[in-house]
Amino acid sequence: MAALLYALRTLARDWKSGEIGVLVVALLVAVGSLTAIAFFTDRVSKGVERQATEVLAADLRVRSSDEPNPDFFVEAGARGLDSARVLAFPSVVNFGDEGQLAALRAVSEGYPLRGALRVADDLFSSAYVVRDIPPPGEVWAESGLLARLGMAVGDTLQVGAVELRLTRVLEYRPDQSVGFVALAPTVLMNLADIPASGLVVPGSRVTWAALFAGGDAEIARFRAWLEPELVEGERLQDLSDAGEQVTGAIDRAQRFLTLASLVSVLLAAVAVAMAARRYAARHVDSVALMKCLGAPQRFVLQVGLWQLTLLALVAGVLGSVIGWLAQFGIAWLLAELVGGALPAPGWLPALMGLVTSLAVLTGFALPPIVQLRTVAPLRVLRRDLPPPRVAAWVSATTAIGVVVLMLYWVLRDLRLLLVVVGGIAVLLAALVLAGWLLVRVSGRLRGGVGVSWRYGLANISRRGGESITQVVAFGLGLMVLLLLTVVRNDLLDGWRASLPEDAPNNFIINVQPEELASVREIFRANDIEPPVFSPLVRARISHLNGVPVRELEVTDPDGRGLLTREANLSWSAPLPASNTLVAGRWWAEDSRGTEVSIEEGIAQSLGLGVGDTLGFSIAGEPLTGQITSIRAVAWDSFDPNFFVLFQPGEIEEFPTTWITSVFVPRDERTALLELVRQHPSVSVIDLESIIAQVRQVMDRASLAVQYVFGFTLLAGVVVLLAAVQATRDERRYESAMLRTFGARQGVVLRGIVAEFVALGLLAGILASVGAVVIGQVLARQVFRLDYAVDPMVLFGGPILGALLVGIAGTLATRSVVRTPPVQTLRA
Amino acid sequence: MVLRAEHLGKQVSSPEGTLTILDDVSLVIPKGQTVAVLGASGAGKSTLLALLAGLDDPSSGRVWLRDHELTALDEDGRAQVRAEHVGFMFQSFHLLPSLTALENVMLPLELAGRRDARTAARAALVDVGLESRVSHYPRQLSGGEKQRVAIARAFVTTPSVLFADEPTGNLDAHTGERVLNLLFEMNRQRQTTLVLVTHDEALAARCTRRIELDAGRLSADRMN
Ligand SMILES: Nc1ncnc2c1ncn2[C@@H]1O[C@H](COP(=O)(O)OP(=O)(O)OP(=O)(O)O)[C@@H](O)[C@H]1O
Ligand SMILES: [Mg+2]
Repeated sequence: MAALLYALRTLARDWKSGEIGVLVVALLVAVGSLTAIAFFTDRVSKGVERQATEVLAADLRVRSSDEPNPDFFVEAGARGLDSARVLAFPSVVNFGDEGQLAALRAVSEGYPLRGALRVADDLFSSAYVVRDIPPPGEVWAESGLLARLGMAVGDTLQVGAVELRLTRVLEYRPDQSVGFVALAPTVLMNLADIPASGLVVPGSRVTWAALFAGGDAEIARFRAWLEPELVEGERLQDLSDAGEQVTGAIDRAQRFLTLASLVSVLLAAVAVAMAARRYAARHVDSVALMKCLGAPQRFVLQVGLWQLTLLALVAGVLGSVIGWLAQFGIAWLLAELVGGALPAPGWLPALMGLVTSLAVLTGFALPPIVQLRTVAPLRVLRRDLPPPRVAAWVSATTAIGVVVLMLYWVLRDLRLLLVVVGGIAVLLAALVLAGWLLVRVSGRLRGGVGVSWRYGLANISRRGGESITQVVAFGLGLMVLLLLTVVRNDLLDGWRASLPEDAPNNFIINVQPEELASVREIFRANDIEPPVFSPLVRARISHLNGVPVRELEVTDPDGRGLLTREANLSWSAPLPASNTLVAGRWWAEDSRGTEVSIEEGIAQSLGLGVGDTLGFSIAGEPLTGQITSIRAVAWDSFDPNFFVLFQPGEIEEFPTTWITSVFVPRDERTALLELVRQHPSVSVIDLESIIAQVRQVMDRASLAVQYVFGFTLLAGVVVLLAAVQATRDERRYESAMLRTFGARQGVVLRGIVAEFVALGLLAGILASVGAVVIGQVLARQVFRLDYAVDPMVLFGGPILGALLVGIAGTLATRSVVRTPPVQTLRA
Repeated sequence: MVLRAEHLGKQVSSPEGTLTILDDVSLVIPKGQTVAVLGASGAGKSTLLALLAGLDDPSSGRVWLRDHELTALDEDGRAQVRAEHVGFMFQSFHLLPSLTALENVMLPLELAGRRDARTAARAALVDVGLESRVSHYPRQLSGGEKQRVAIARAFVTTPSVLFADEPTGNLDAHTGERVLNLLFEMNRQRQTTLVLVTHDEALAARCTRRIELDAGRLSADRMN
């Protein structure tokens, strides 16, 4: 009790005198950055959870690519269950001359069986719940469509061959994707309008869903009846597996953002360690006196522990409040991606904030505080006794231990933990080495500069360890900012510029064999060279080397995706232009048979090579092919390309649609409109608008990441403050000495400015070099570009660094110079 | 008998080999006595004080305070004896800067687990004439006021022995005089044994006994 009282009194006093300010601010940055992410992802998960019970819009759902078996509905009706059907597929819809890719959903009476649709009568009027679906002849569309096509409620939308009147704005449907919104806006229409639209013909890429709902027992019985009836390609879903995919995506986003915020936590922790060391050093005398007055070690220890606990509590709570406020920023930046209004966050992240502040204090502040109990009481008589020192291995072990635990807490995956810890260790080693080099080199330079700069540079090399920490802290923050802003834009622009002027800008899919001639004719009539069409056969991989795929354990996510999804097959006599052979040999142009060529990436993830066999199920029929070659594919050619290519022959017997890509100049788009009007089932996909949308999403996402790294810069400032505070007494004494020897206040101040500007320059150089190196690696490895170094990157780092560190450091140290020398020397 | 030391010795190792800073000192101090410890700078006065108060371990010899053998106790055991029986005053380094005058005086009471800490501490401050300064922090007090707070703190637990290392060394003559008066007044009222290290002959003359150290050896020990 006495210990708690004493701890409270000292803390209150130290807070007033600014003694623990830096410590508290560092903790706040750590807790704030981590809880901001936690609060935000909590909101998203809550949104997912809330919707989870209605995410199927039914209790049971059967998804298939072909129209569901009518018997299902007869049986469901006989059992007293409700049922409905949904047909979903992407298609370009037109308003006047403008086209827009939309996610069409044609639904039958009764949809949705669970949850309810929310609509509005106009773009900005308030939404209400409806119990019906669009009647035939009408559509309800999401506001995004109205905005992009410049439509208003009441206008007529061209959907394939039919004209449908837009009567309501769709605000919400229960089965919309939560977490990350689909790129194309949804258009809800009546299933009865589909035949007239001509949009769906055999072989079209569509998804059907049969929805069923009823009492739990009836549903369970129906399910038991249904399961054996399902044929290949029909997938049964209930609530348990519905949320899985979304949750997976959110999980990954959460881990990434949390890892990013852990960078700030680590830097802040360094500041905590520096501040705690100083705090302990300043309390050595008090502890000696207390022990002299009869305080046992236990008491000293209790006081220290109470102080840390109180600090952890205060910082945990306040930091969580900051995190809670900051998450509004992230939610705002990601609003378009996340879609809709998110529910308010829960309290769990605040608990996480408390744990974080406790963990950071335990790992980085506990050792020197615990060590205080061993201060010799004899210090009251002999002040020259050395204060107790914490062994380096003790502080290193506790700090690393806590960091590893926190990382594990975020990652919850031992292998990933090892990778991340290894990565961090290598990165830190590289940064520290670079920082050390910079500090060394700058120390060498001081012969050739003026007196203020010499004084500044001398200070940097004298406080070597602290200087390196600061250079690394700021360097890292600035580097990430440079990468996310300048380098990212450069690379995307560079990539776009690297595409040929006449690279295809439209994909044309779903062309029926009998339409080929007419489609070619439309191009010719509009003076556009008709493109080469590729056949497309929809199939499912059924066997690998004779083993049924459902008996295989494929861990690679890409490989598993290919095995569970429907695959697009094609055939070709010659090797397509944007492909190169990497293994095996290409079949003779006039040969026929069942040889197969696969793309190298997919070969790798499925572990396939030349000589292996692939079994397919095509429209229920089996077809087996033997791999005779592996291809590398230049995907950014925007030619239609395929993971699996067959030798011409048997494959041609199966239902086929044709696809192509074509360059159509902006002002000749009428050709495409004509095409869609004449062939409503053909879909035209505008690549440019998709690229623009993807880019917009990336812009938003990278803004959010920048926001998170804003905390890193803040943490860098706190490290700077901690370092300034740690050297304050020394600086005060030095400045007093200099001024006693006759240096004017201006000279001393200029020295300090020089010191921090130089420090910022070093950090900026580190950031620029890092950003250039990473940018070059990305350019070569990912974008395959020659990327000239951007002067913005080269000079941006040092300039930003010098400004930021120069101003912050000078402001923090200014008061030292102002103190009259007498006051310092007398004390 | 309040304090007893037998064959006390202290050696430290230095770069030039082992250094003897206290050599075979034995003495007995009865209750209520006021003892001045004198000697040249570096003679070992502070070292002796530290050993008698159990702040440090001797290299040889034994020390008893009341019926506790300090040299047989560990650090925490000695701290407890100090909390119950010992008060301190120092030349500098008097008060905890983060506590008010009142809280500084309360601290030893709280460490000894006394429930009436606040009232007793207030009374002690009234005794030294600082009732108007209770909630001031050390930095708001003058040197003499600080030393009076230190006296209040030293006496508040009614210790058996009060150790003081040059208690007036940092004060002007007039203030020092007032502090000393207070000290001897307390000694009279409460029968507290005083052990004062000093260079000040006038102060030594006011004590009942004087002990002189010379290069770590007891060179004189006589009653005034
Ligand atoms: N732990 C130690 N290590 C080395 N030397 C020590 C140690 N403790 C004391 N000394 C030395 O022992 C001698 C006696 O020190 P002490 O502080 O007892 O002297 P003092 O009589 O109090 O002197 P002053 O009047 O200057 O305070 C000094 O020379 C001191 O430097
Ligand atoms: Mg001394």
